[in-house]
Amino acid sequence: MKKDKLTQEFKTERERKVLGHLVFTSPKYKLWVAFLILIIIFGMFGYYRQLRYGLEVTAMRDYTSWGIYISNFVFFVAISLVGSLISSILKLNKNDWARPLTRISEMIAVAAIICAAVIIIVDMGRPDRFFFVITHLRIQSPIIWDVIIISTYLTISLLLLFISLLPDIAVCRDKLTAIPKWKKFMYRVLAINWKNSDVQIAKLRKVTTILAITVLPVAFAIHTVTSWLFATTWRPGWDSTNLGPYFVSGAFMAGAAVIIFAMYLLRIHLNLKEYITNRHFDKMGRLLVLLSLVYLYFNINEYLGPAFKMVGVEGEHIIELFTGKYAPMYWLVQVGGLILPIIFLIFRPFRRPLPIFIISFFVILGAWFKRFLIVIPSLQHPYLPIQGVDESYLHYNPTWEEWAITMASFAWLLLIITVLIKLFPVIPVHDKIENKEEVEPKSLKNEAS
Amino acid sequence: MENKDKINSSRRKFIKNLSSGTALAVTGLGLYSLSSCTSSSDEENTTVLTPEGKLVQVPKSTMKEMAYEPVSPEESRQGIPGKKWVMVVDLGKCKNARKCIDACDHHHQLTPDRPYIKVLEMKDNEKSAPYWMPKKCFQCDNPPCVKVCPVGATYKRTDGIVLIDNERCIGCRFCMAACPYSARVFNWGEPPVAGDHEHYSPETSVPSKIGTVGKCDFCPDMLRQNKLPHCVVKCPNGVIYFGDENDDTVTNGDETVRLSTLLRDKAGYRYMEELGTKPRVYYLPPVDRMFPFEKNTEENSES
Repeated sequence: MKKDKLTQEFKTERERKVLGHLVFTSPKYKLWVAFLILIIIFGMFGYYRQLRYGLEVTAMRDYTSWGIYISNFVFFVAISLVGSLISSILKLNKNDWARPLTRISEMIAVAAIICAAVIIIVDMGRPDRFFFVITHLRIQSPIIWDVIIISTYLTISLLLLFISLLPDIAVCRDKLTAIPKWKKFMYRVLAINWKNSDVQIAKLRKVTTILAITVLPVAFAIHTVTSWLFATTWRPGWDSTNLGPYFVSGAFMAGAAVIIFAMYLLRIHLNLKEYITNRHFDKMGRLLVLLSLVYLYFNINEYLGPAFKMVGVEGEHIIELFTGKYAPMYWLVQVGGLILPIIFLIFRPFRRPLPIFIISFFVILGAWFKRFLIVIPSLQHPYLPIQGVDESYLHYNPTWEEWAITMASFAWLLLIITVLIKLFPVIPVHDKIENKEEVEPKSLKNEAS
Repeated sequence: MENKDKINSSRRKFIKNLSSGTALAVTGLGLYSLSSCTSSSDEENTTVLTPEGKLVQVPKSTMKEMAYEPVSPEESRQGIPGKKWVMVVDLGKCKNARKCIDACDHHHQLTPDRPYIKVLEMKDNEKSAPYWMPKKCFQCDNPPCVKVCPVGATYKRTDGIVLIDNERCIGCRFCMAACPYSARVFNWGEPPVAGDHEHYSPETSVPSKIGTVGKCDFCPDMLRQNKLPHCVVKCPNGVIYFGDENDDTVTNGDETVRLSTLLRDKAGYRYMEELGTKPRVYYLPPVDRMFPFEKNTEENSES
C-alpha cells in the first residue's frame, strides 16, 4: 500500500490538486472518520434502546406526538434542495462560476435525502411494518405523496450525481495507478465504458440538461409536499396556505448556507483554494442574501396575519412563540439566523471566506431550530385544552436517546459526504485536465450550453 | 303523543332486555326446539328475544353461557349492517364522576395516563359558568385521521364507527397530528396486557400493541352483542345517550328517547361544527344543571 502510493505520479500540478485527495489519506481524515463512526455507534445504542423499549424512551407523548426526529427530517429535506439550487437553477441560468460547486452540492443532496428517509423510519412506532407503506398504501395520504416524491428526488439526484461524474470516473480509471485493486475495479465498472468520444459527450450534455430541468419541479415538490404533511392536518399552528412557499424558500436559504459551509471546509482541508476562490464566497454570499430576503418575506406572511388577528388557540400559539416559553429560541432563530445574516452579508467584508463561514453556521443552526419551532409548539396547542394527563405530557424536552440519534443522523450525513469525496473528485476535473490550455471560461460555456 | 309514548315504552323494554348485561346467548335453533318442550314449573324462567322479535319465556337451564368471539380484523372493516351509531352527551348532567373513564379503562385495559375518555373542565367565555365535558372519539363522518392514514390502519365503517387495526398501524402518528380533538393515544411503551387474547380484534381494541395508536371505539363488540358501550352503562347520572340514528332512538340505559326530539328540544350541537369533520357525538348544552360545578368532590377525586 505504502509502496503503491509512491508510484502515483501526476503529470501536472493541476492533476495533483484535484485528484490528490483520492489517493492520499491523511491521519486527520482517519481521525475524522473515526469520530463520525463513534457518534454513529452512540446513536445506534440510543436506537437500540428505542427499539427495545419503544418510543417511550423519547420525550414525545400524546400531545407532542412529533418531536426532533420530524423537525430533523424537515431539515434534511430542506438542505437536500441545495443540489437542485446549484446544479439546476444556477446551471440553467448559465452561472458558470458555480460549476466547481455542482459536485459537492449534488453529494450533499444525495446524502441529505438518504438521511431524511432514514430518520423517518427512526420516528416510526413500528419500523418492522415499514413495507406496509408499499403493500397497503392509500394514495390520499400525504405521507404516501412524500414517500413517492422522496424516492423520485433521490433517484434523480443520484442520476444527476452519477451521470455528471462519468467523465471524472474515467479520469480516475485512467490516471490513478497507486490505488487498491477494488478501487480500480470500482472505477472501471462505474465508468461504464466512458471513452470521451464526441458522441458520448454530446449525449452526456443532453442528459444532464434534461436532468437539471427535471430535478427542479421535483425539488419544489419534495419540500412543498413535506409542508403539506403539516398543512393538511387540523392544527391551528399549521393551518396556513403559505406553508409550501415558506418551506421551499427556507430550504433554499438553508441549502445555500450549507454549501458555503462545505465550500470553506473543502477549501481548507483539500487545499482547493484555486478552485473555490474568494469570488465564489462573494457570489454565494450575495445569493444567500437574496434567498434570505425571500424567506424573510414568507416569514412575515406566516406570522403577521395570525398575530394580528390572535384567533383562539392560534393566538395562544403565537403568544407562546413571541413572548412565552419558546420566545428565546424564536427570537434567536429569527434575529440570529435570519435578520442579522442578511444585514452582515450585505457588506462585502463579511462575504470573505471566514466571516461568511461563521455566518452560514448560524444560518444552518437557525434553520434547524426553526424547524423545531414549526413542528413542536403547534402540537402543544390543540383545539381542546390539555387536561388530566401526566405532567410529562405537557412539555417536550428531548431525551438523550433522541439527541444521540439526531447527532448520529448528522454523523451519517457527514460520513456519506466524506466517503463520496474520498472516492470521487469533488471538483469536476474532466475538462480541467483534458483542456490543459487553461481555457476555463470556454470549457465552462460548452458545458453549460 | 300517546302513540309516541307507547313506542318509547316498548323500546325501553326492548333495550332494557338487551342491556340487562348478562352474557347469555341463545341460538335461534335452540329456541325453536324449546317451544316444543314443556318446561317444568319449578325451573326459573328468563325472557329472551327471538330472531322474529318476539319475547318468550324459556327455562334458564336450557341456556348456556357463550363466550363472545370478537370478529376478525377483516370483518371489523364492515360495519354492523343497517346501523348508524350515534352518541349524545348531556352536559347538564355531568358532575365528573369519572365512572365512564374507569369502565372504559378497565375494559380496554388502559393505564390512567392514556385514557380513551377524558372529562375536560370547560369554560366557554369569561362570564359563563364552567362545566364538565366528557370527550371521547367523535367518530367523525369526515374523519381527518382516516384521510391521512398512509396504510389504511384506521378506517370508517358503514355503521359510522372509526376503528384502528393495530396490526396494520405503522406508528407514524399522522392521525394524532390530524385529529383536531386529540382523541387518539399512542402506546409509547409496552402496554400492560391482562388475560389471554388469542385473537386480536379491532372491535375490542384489546390487547393494545406497542408503537401503535389507540382510541375510543364505541365498543362495537358490545354493540354486536346488543349491549351498550361500557361508558353509557356505568355513568351514574345518565349523561351519555347512545343509539342508532336510523332508528332515531337513543338511550342512556334508563330512558329511551327520540334522537331528533332530544336534539331539537335541547338544542343539541356538535363540538366545533365549523371544522367540517361531522362528528357522530352530539352535546346538549350545560343548562338546567343537575349538579353544581365542583372540583375535588369525593366522587371525582377518587380516581
